Amino acid sequence: MNANPTIQSEAEAAALDRELKGLIADVLGLDPAQASAFGPDSGLFGHLPELDSMAVAGLFTEMEDRLGIVIEDDDVDGEMLETYGGLLAFARAKLADK
Amino acid sequence: MISTWTITAPDGSTTEELLVALDRGRDRRVLICPAWFDEANKLRRFTVEVMRRLDAAGIDSFLPDLPGCNDSLARLDAQTLTGWRAGMTAAAQALSASHVLAIRTGALLAPETLPGWHYAPQSGPRLLRGMIRARTIAARESGFEEKAEALMALGRSEGLTLGGWPLSAAMIGELESAEPVLVAGQSEITQAMLGGAGLWLRAEPDEDGAQADALAAIVAESII
Repeated sequence: MNANPTIQSEAEAAALDRELKGLIADVLGLDPAQASAFGPDSGLFGHLPELDSMAVAGLFTEMEDRLGIVIEDDDVDGEMLETYGGLLAFARAKLADK
Repeated sequence: MISTWTITAPDGSTTEELLVALDRGRDRRVLICPAWFDEANKLRRFTVEVMRRLDAAGIDSFLPDLPGCNDSLARLDAQTLTGWRAGMTAAAQALSASHVLAIRTGALLAPETLPGWHYAPQSGPRLLRGMIRARTIAARESGFEEKAEALMALGRSEGLTLGGWPLSAAMIGELESAEPVLVAGQSEITQAMLGGAGLWLRAEPDEDGAQADALAAIVAESII
């Protein structure tokens, strides 16, 4: 039983944020401190030179594995990849649909 | 250290392929089945670093190129999974391998006759899914739409170039249902056992001495 669902969901959101930043750091070989400094407006695809289409494919495969979601072709649009906030919102929505 | 090995194709013709060998004629001789395609590039240095550590631990190792890869004169789009499997089995015999260390999709080629290890094995369907996805994302970036299902259908009938790698229809058809199988005497080495993130994930090739130490130590400690 969970007496305080708000606190739990905040903790879940923070865990997802950590997981996603760790994942980006693993794929791009970034210092974890650099990834943890990402904000909602931090640029991803088109802003980080390492993040080419092959790296994006690797990032999605890892997201599927670690978050237990399935990413379809139709899910992928410019917005979700443009900023860290967009990717986080996408992951959150996918997890909510599970 | 750099030499060649000769592989006989199903039609009886032979080709010469590159071989990296750390061979001092010792009893324990590990055949490396390398990662494939883009992952092969990302893991090449790591793989050879593991071989150097095995050498220091008194273990010989052999890294043969597959036909159609690296400097091979054979065409990649003429290769099949069956052909590559036969090639690795032939390499095991020619090099008198006592063990196999298969890396990622290389696990699909590990000879069943050898004891050894599958490091972070990857199945054929997962390999294809990642490569198809990279192609659909690149297409979208260039302003046109490609569908994964349509690409797979084309790949099955005519072959397909994925991430710059031209794959035959036969290869794609075989990969669709290819799962690594651990036979008796073979065990899996997971990424968690090495610590850190797998180097194949990196957008650019990199190295990690601690991971190479860990993988070589697991092999050296469990080799019989």
